[in-house]
Amino acid sequence: MSEFEPVIGLEVHLQLKTATKIFCGCPNRFGEEPNTLVCPVCLGLPGSLPVLNQKALVYAIKIALALNCEINPFIKFDRKNYYYPDLPKGYQISQYDLPVGRGGWVLITLNGDRKKILIKRVHLEEDAGKLIHDSQGGCTLVDYNRTGTPLMEIVSEPDLASSQEAYEYLIALKLTFQYLDVSDCDMEKGSLRVDANISLRKKGDSTLGTKTEIKNMNSFRAVKAALDFEADRQKALLTAGERIVPETRLWDDAKGATQPMRSKEEAHDYRYFPEPDLVPFVVSPETVAQIKNQLPELPAQKKERFLKQYQIPEYDARILIQDKDLAGFFENCSTLYSEIKKVSNWLIGPVLQELNARKLALKDLGLKPRDLVHLIQKVDQEILSNLAAKEALRQMLDTGKTIEALVAEQGLTQISDEAALEAVLDEVIQENENAVRQIRQGKESAMGFLVGQAMRKTAGKANPKKIKEMIKRRFVHG
Amino acid sequence: MNLSTLTAHELLDLLKNQKTTPQAITESVLKAIQRTDDKIKAYVRVRDQEPGFAPTRGSVPMAHRDLGGLTPAPSQTHLPISIKDNICIRGSPTTCASRILEGFKPSYHATVIERILSAGGLIVGQTNMDEFAFGSSTENSCFGPTRNPWNLDCVPGGSSGGSAAAVAGHEAIWALGSDTGGSIRQPASFCGVVGLKPTYGRVSRYGLIAFASSLDQIGPLTKDVTDSALLLKIIAGHDSRDSTSADVPVPDYTASLVEDVKGLRIGLPKEYFIEGLDREVKEAIEAAIAVLQKKGAIFQEVSLPHTEYAVATYYIVATAEASSNLARFDGVQYGLRCQPKTSRKTALVDMYEETRDAGFGKEAKRRIMLGTYALSSGYYEAYYLRGQKVRTLIKNDFDRVFEECAAILTPTSPTTAFRIGEKIDDPLAMYLSDIYTISANLAGIPAMSVPCGFSQKGLPIGLQILAKPFAEEMIFRIAYAYEQAALWHKRKVSL
Repeated sequence: MSEFEPVIGLEVHLQLKTATKIFCGCPNRFGEEPNTLVCPVCLGLPGSLPVLNQKALVYAIKIALALNCEINPFIKFDRKNYYYPDLPKGYQISQYDLPVGRGGWVLITLNGDRKKILIKRVHLEEDAGKLIHDSQGGCTLVDYNRTGTPLMEIVSEPDLASSQEAYEYLIALKLTFQYLDVSDCDMEKGSLRVDANISLRKKGDSTLGTKTEIKNMNSFRAVKAALDFEADRQKALLTAGERIVPETRLWDDAKGATQPMRSKEEAHDYRYFPEPDLVPFVVSPETVAQIKNQLPELPAQKKERFLKQYQIPEYDARILIQDKDLAGFFENCSTLYSEIKKVSNWLIGPVLQELNARKLALKDLGLKPRDLVHLIQKVDQEILSNLAAKEALRQMLDTGKTIEALVAEQGLTQISDEAALEAVLDEVIQENENAVRQIRQGKESAMGFLVGQAMRKTAGKANPKKIKEMIKRRFVHG
Repeated sequence: MNLSTLTAHELLDLLKNQKTTPQAITESVLKAIQRTDDKIKAYVRVRDQEPGFAPTRGSVPMAHRDLGGLTPAPSQTHLPISIKDNICIRGSPTTCASRILEGFKPSYHATVIERILSAGGLIVGQTNMDEFAFGSSTENSCFGPTRNPWNLDCVPGGSSGGSAAAVAGHEAIWALGSDTGGSIRQPASFCGVVGLKPTYGRVSRYGLIAFASSLDQIGPLTKDVTDSALLLKIIAGHDSRDSTSADVPVPDYTASLVEDVKGLRIGLPKEYFIEGLDREVKEAIEAAIAVLQKKGAIFQEVSLPHTEYAVATYYIVATAEASSNLARFDGVQYGLRCQPKTSRKTALVDMYEETRDAGFGKEAKRRIMLGTYALSSGYYEAYYLRGQKVRTLIKNDFDRVFEECAAILTPTSPTTAFRIGEKIDDPLAMYLSDIYTISANLAGIPAMSVPCGFSQKGLPIGLQILAKPFAEEMIFRIAYAYEQAALWHKRKVSL
């Protein structure tokens, strides 16, 4: 095992889905024609002035509260000064020393253990524009649609001890943001961005090593891979007695490696000073309390409640809360049907499989809670086997028909009548002498094989429980 | 009768009695510009002569065209006004007298322009200034200096020198300027006109190309106090597009134009009446004090103990904010762009450097460097942060005095207008000419310069009246009473 352990901190940038931008009234939308969602303010034209979108502040406070932060009662904005073509004013309006929230935490679960990851600060700022490099034309094009999009920056303490913890932390954050409905959290569209800082230290050491920053990771998986790569790279250097160069490196997904940024490493002096065009904001305890009351039930709370209220296993609860809609669906079912564990099984199993296969969100699947409950009841009533029911689910989703309609149409009703099954069993026994011999020898698994053959013969309609019973009667008891 | 020599309120009377027309007034101003601006050079752009501007002769008053269909209300002024070249006018080049804004045409009107147009005003031209308002003489303009109508070898003051000279030289009825450290008041004083810096937040800054965001205010430059009250009423008021604009109702300032100062306590800060104050200026101020005393005002010595730190504080805070405000002039979106033929690798930085080197004048560069230094890592606490703290002390000085006094009276400038070229090579000497005006910007309080005499050489002298925040009414009252007793505004320049 390595004598070194990684120390990781993550900076997450989250675009807030307010209707308009943070300092002007331009629509806050993605994917439009370049430079069509702009005005003098977000273009930074001479003479323009910012005006804070109050909704953005409310979203920011919601996020800070959900992350258990202390809300600063007096917040202000600061200018972060630097030159780049995607930054029209030559400065970004951000927050320096009085951010919206400080000192929060997020719980992650790793291998059954819970760990608290501390959050240093969360603050509000404006996004920059987008640069599009046109190598053919030998120029760079600037699209200012994105300038002024409200961004929330969430900075963790260097509490993450592995790439897996980093991954879990991101999952936990994303889930929280989805529950709050403050962002689309789509890394591909850029509404959620992650920068990572990683250093290594000898196990047991308290001093931090030299850190490098990693950018350009476009998925949580890439974050994990990049951190793994960088940890290995640093370990190799340290083991060889070399020093780590403090630098920013870009993740190259194709190569599976980090590369140093080509641009000259200049120490950025951002010359922060309070933004004189915006007045400071007082956030009263009443305002905070009001926003807190309006917070929805958050993932961690929902999980605890599910465990208590529905007595389902941790594993189940964890998966159900991963999707706010799935959790809601589950709860809906519980009002219609009491054997809630079965619902959980169906949701975690076949329903999630269908969602993944069809690449759909639950709300677009066309399945209603009572539809699922009726399906499960058909299995309870032994009208359908589990296998048949799974197939029926697929058909329900494909056709939009109810299970009653499908059962009637296709005569899906499970064959449980012993007389009918006797004939099938006779055939199966005749065709599978080997298996029969094994059963006589006491091999249980061969029984399952015969059941499977019977199911095949009846196109899944045979009641597998019945078949198994019948096989047992024939061979085991006599 | 030369209409361009009249005040706005006199012209409004004539208009009301149908003794003249808006066209005739505008014609008179344009003719005056044609006649004398060759000598004064107050204007950088005149409506009649510039392709971007609409013609004035015989057609619908420009107000209608500019309002885009809105019908002007009955209380219309329909008077021509001149605007300092740092206030955005949609469709018209607005350059802050800087090469770096060559070709820039704002896509929107500043709020004050919208208010003027809604009130029926016609914009007749844009006036010269020190580049980006950096200066006290209007010598730092890329268009060349403006001259003082009272003596063409002298500066008109700055940075709103063009507006002040145009009003004094009857090339404008009234004008707008901007004031960050005295840029309305000092040129008003040098040119013998009335110049008001409103309370910070009284007038919207939306559309004012920023110098120092926490100090800038737009204000009127006029021939007399009455016109100042009229113009302030039009431009003042809360603007939702400016977060620093105050949500305080705008009173009818003309109601303060009464000649009654009986019993008003006016403070004379001892720190202002010191060495360096021109003898003639001192005498003129003393005479003015006597006039007001005769009318019943009570003067008392007061102290503003942190006055000696004002100039240093200003040149740290203002330049720091300016260095950031001017960062957007980088050649990317608008204005000047210089792209030297260098390697691909350094092309971006080269564009930035070349553009800003060619686009900014010496004083602009000086202030950007000063401001950048004051904000830089390791120096922020010692300079900018400390400067802002001293600023609070300066403001507290004023708060204390205003508990006892209704207003404060000081000279506007330690000297009369100096000669063109006299101080241009001595930046520090130039900075010190703002010594009496700067504190008002730091404290955010309103202040006005009113003519109070002439030097032996015939150069105007101005006195300054300061009051507490949003007490412009007090200033108008005292200024009007003095003006009507002393009648300096009746002495007009002849060119």
